Amino acid sequence: MLIPKGTFVRIRDYILLPEQRADSLPESTSKVPLKCWVKGRLQEEAELYEEATIETATNRLIKGVVKEVHPKYKHTYGDYVEEIQQMRETILAEMWGDKDE
Amino acid sequence: MSSYDIQDLLNRKNSIIKNSVGLDYDTFEFSGIGFDYEKMMHDAGYSFEEVRNIQNNNMVGATPLIELKNITEYARKFASPGYGARIFLKDEASNLSGSFKARRAAISVHKAKEMGYKGVIAATSGNYGAAVAALAAKYGLKCIIVQECFDSKNLAQPEILEKARACEAYGAEVIQLSVGPELFYTFLNLLDETGYFNASLYSPYGIMGIETLGYEIAKETEKRHGKFPDVVVCTNAGGGNLTGTARGVRRAGAKDTKIYGASVNLEGLHMASDQDFNRKSFTTGHTGFGLPFAINPDRSDVPRSAARPMRYMDKYYTVNQGSVFFITEALAVLEGLERGPAGNTSLAVAFKLAQTMKKDEIIVVQESEYTGAGKHHQPQLSFAKKNNIDISFGLPHKEKPGQNIILPISAEKIDVQNIDLDRIRKSYLKRYKNKKLTDEDYRYLSDELSVGTNRVKELLKEVKA
Repeated sequence: MLIPKGTFVRIRDYILLPEQRADSLPESTSKVPLKCWVKGRLQEEAELYEEATIETATNRLIKGVVKEVHPKYKHTYGDYVEEIQQMRETILAEMWGDKDE
Repeated sequence: MSSYDIQDLLNRKNSIIKNSVGLDYDTFEFSGIGFDYEKMMHDAGYSFEEVRNIQNNNMVGATPLIELKNITEYARKFASPGYGARIFLKDEASNLSGSFKARRAAISVHKAKEMGYKGVIAATSGNYGAAVAALAAKYGLKCIIVQECFDSKNLAQPEILEKARACEAYGAEVIQLSVGPELFYTFLNLLDETGYFNASLYSPYGIMGIETLGYEIAKETEKRHGKFPDVVVCTNAGGGNLTGTARGVRRAGAKDTKIYGASVNLEGLHMASDQDFNRKSFTTGHTGFGLPFAINPDRSDVPRSAARPMRYMDKYYTVNQGSVFFITEALAVLEGLERGPAGNTSLAVAFKLAQTMKKDEIIVVQESEYTGAGKHHQPQLSFAKKNNIDISFGLPHKEKPGQNIILPISAEKIDVQNIDLDRIRKSYLKRYKNKKLTDEDYRYLSDELSVGTNRVKELLKEVKA
């Protein structure tokens, strides 16, 4: 799918390959590349997962692989957590007494 | 994003930093190991009144100091008769951008504008990013925030994703990185490329902005209750929050007010580890920053950090993740205050300490932070479960960071651990154990560690032994 020039996208680039990374890192870090993700507008037509240039919010031109078109925020309030409900009940009971009192 | 050579950036580090902070740190150096801290704070060029004015003009500071009457009553249920100090909260979530970090950002961004910089850069995964972005928006400056965000499986801490969203909402460019301390070099490279101002958390501007917080707490408590607070508890990470607050409390004349640090205990988790990155539930206010920055404040992104917590800390407590989540829930259901968990670290500590203090004493929790999707105990506990962290009720001191989160079965079980400050002092002194020190050096170390020069000598002897 060809993405039109000017589309707002998120790109990913490698900054340091494992062999370029700093000394004395834990193994789980030193064996993987240092990656970065930035958002901006495409400066040319591009394919998803292909390299392209974007202009960022500070007008910098950056190259990277297009990972997402119209990137969305995916963080939420999370799933139901039973332990939070239990804490809530404990706190209210300790503070105000059981509801039957 | 271009690749860079770490060694090349290291070689040019001092000149890049000098150009990006507008301060020549060389002028503060003593001939030996030390530097003139007060001269550095002074030469940064803003009086306390100017700092207050800059903040007041930007919807920063003068936040409410709230008595947490229900939380106090709750703590008293577990205290001996006559005990249970009054707990107050400085509601810093009311600042522009939702945290006390706006106090620091206001001064940095003002300075950047005054000096004619076109933009500002900050390296932070925390509230400071949103604060710098919001202030940059008000001052019409460009802004780049560099975050450590994803592990190598592209999993991100929900709290950090929320902060990225906030930064973007204020018009900033957010650069998200995978795990690793090379974030610092990426940051240097950006400073070099853009010529923007380094809105460091550790510059004098970043610290003098917080002095107003300590000052407001002391003055308002005195005005309302006829005395200064007995204790102020500060959530401690890089040390700036505690340093600035303590300086402000002293400026207000509150010489007897004790300043306590509070951090979430993340013992055993390596901060540069890709594997450990998402096994924690706190991205700041924890010992992974608190201890290394107390031991070596100058490990920051400026040659001499203005955040020097060991100069001001009377005691340092840690608390487990589960207790902070518990008190976060209590703050919501007992006070109607829904606030972010990390900012409640010092509240969890104050809740426990209040029980050991007399009823007429006052303990102040000096910050709160905004909450929202991702940055809230539910997504954080939910995320922990997805990362196979076991969540259970039990005794908080049994929590093993990275393996489990233990929620107290009752508020009575919220517990804190006292860190021996001499242990930190000795770790600080280790790097000087083979160095011949002058009288000036000893005086500097005495200031740095807040003990007499004779005590410095004794501690050094113990380090050498």
